[in-house]
Amino acid sequence: MDKKYYDPEDLKKFGDVTEFQKELGDKFFEYYGSVFEEGALTKREKALIALAVAHVIQCPYCIDAYTDETLQEGCSEEQMMEAVHVATAIRGGASLVHGVQMMNKVKKLSM
Amino acid sequence: MKSLIAQSHSLADPEVQLDIINNQTEKVKRLEKFESKLNDIGLYPLKPTGIEIFQINVGYMCNMTCKHCHVDAGPDREEIMTKETLEYCLEALKHSDIETVDLTGGAPEMNPHFRWFVDEASKLDKHIIVRSNLTILDTRKFEDLPQFMADRGVEITCSLPFYNKRRTDAQRGEGTYDKSMKVLKILNEIGYGKEDTGLELNLVYNPVGAFLPGDQKSLKQQYKDRLWKDHGIVFNDLFTITNLPISRYLNFLVTSGNLDEYMEKLVTSFNPAAAEGVMCRNTISIGWDGTLYDCDFNQMLKMKTEDGSPQHIKDWDLESLNDREIKTNQHCFGCTAGAGSSCGGTTT
Ligand code: SF4
Ligand code: SF4
Repeated sequence: MDKKYYDPEDLKKFGDVTEFQKELGDKFFEYYGSVFEEGALTKREKALIALAVAHVIQCPYCIDAYTDETLQEGCSEEQMMEAVHVATAIRGGASLVHGVQMMNKVKKLSM
Repeated sequence: MKSLIAQSHSLADPEVQLDIINNQTEKVKRLEKFESKLNDIGLYPLKPTGIEIFQINVGYMCNMTCKHCHVDAGPDREEIMTKETLEYCLEALKHSDIETVDLTGGAPEMNPHFRWFVDEASKLDKHIIVRSNLTILDTRKFEDLPQFMADRGVEITCSLPFYNKRRTDAQRGEGTYDKSMKVLKILNEIGYGKEDTGLELNLVYNPVGAFLPGDQKSLKQQYKDRLWKDHGIVFNDLFTITNLPISRYLNFLVTSGNLDEYMEKLVTSFNPAAAEGVMCRNTISIGWDGTLYDCDFNQMLKMKTEDGSPQHIKDWDLESLNDREIKTNQHCFGCTAGAGSSCGGTTT
């Protein structure tokens, strides 16, 4: 067994996942490619969204890839960190808003 | 900061640089060779498409010592083109229909014959480009140069690695950004960068770190928005340039542990269309001592033009230079990655 779960070198092998299931793999990459093409949102905006989401799903591969991508797209450090804060705010907010459910339950159960 | 040469740094030696980008690590050794990539697309040996740009490096002296400088320029560099060599350049220009003269350095303004040469070249009706670092124009000795250049219709292409202070200063030294903004405002005041004045002001973006430049059009828009909003500054065009793995930038790659990944990135981003348009195909580079090179990068690696073709400006012969083979090595991947990179920005 390898010593580590995450190896930066594995990111470069991402495309190889088609080896075990070609049809679905190809479909995914075709879709992925289309998603990141310039559209109603610019490539730069999409890169910042991807960077933020990468932090929410805590994927080290995506964090590496989209740090590089946002730098390439000319984003500043402030913009990149603000994107992470947006993700954090939503993530934290999503937990906190469930607090209302907890409060409702507490109020129902309490005298 | 001192130049690598002044530090007696091993990387000041071009042989050492070439050895590093070819053999430093197992990974770098395994990377495909540039020549073989060219061969695959039928471009090897690389030949000129016809020289259109006459790029003169008038000296390695500079008022700055930027961390990424491929020239290893700085205040401690004394190599400066003499008037005699500049006269040879004028002679060559007189006898060819090359339209563009591109002056680079170091800080080209610091050559003592700069004004004289610009005058003479503009009498020949050539389009003159001066590659300025901006900050030099904020010194007493050179503060009248913007107007001098405007009067002669010189195009100013200047470096501004990023639209904000943090990254610009990180690469080029504390205070660079503020000085650059001050000079850009002065240039705007005398008409540079404004529509209908004919005074071209172009900016050069290059990544502050081990990553590639993004889309030129999108970066230009970001620069336009930010410089206008933050400083009321306008300019004509923005050129994105990839940092080539030589000299001080190579030193950064090695010391920061980014060499393998950066070289791999350059190689895997090889774009055949960018290779078609590499600048050495329509440019000749003249070193401070009159030696001829395929480009400013080959100049720094002391890779002269091919044996058998003219190798000194004294021996200028356009026809034979147009027929030479261009020398290449692994650093050339920097010109062919993604959308390509040249002094005029992307090549695709
Ligand atoms: S990058 Fe330009 S301004 Fe900076 S040290 Fe080199 S020549 Fe001078
Ligand atoms: S580094 Fe010089 S010789 Fe090599 S491809 Fe670029 S311009 Fe041509």
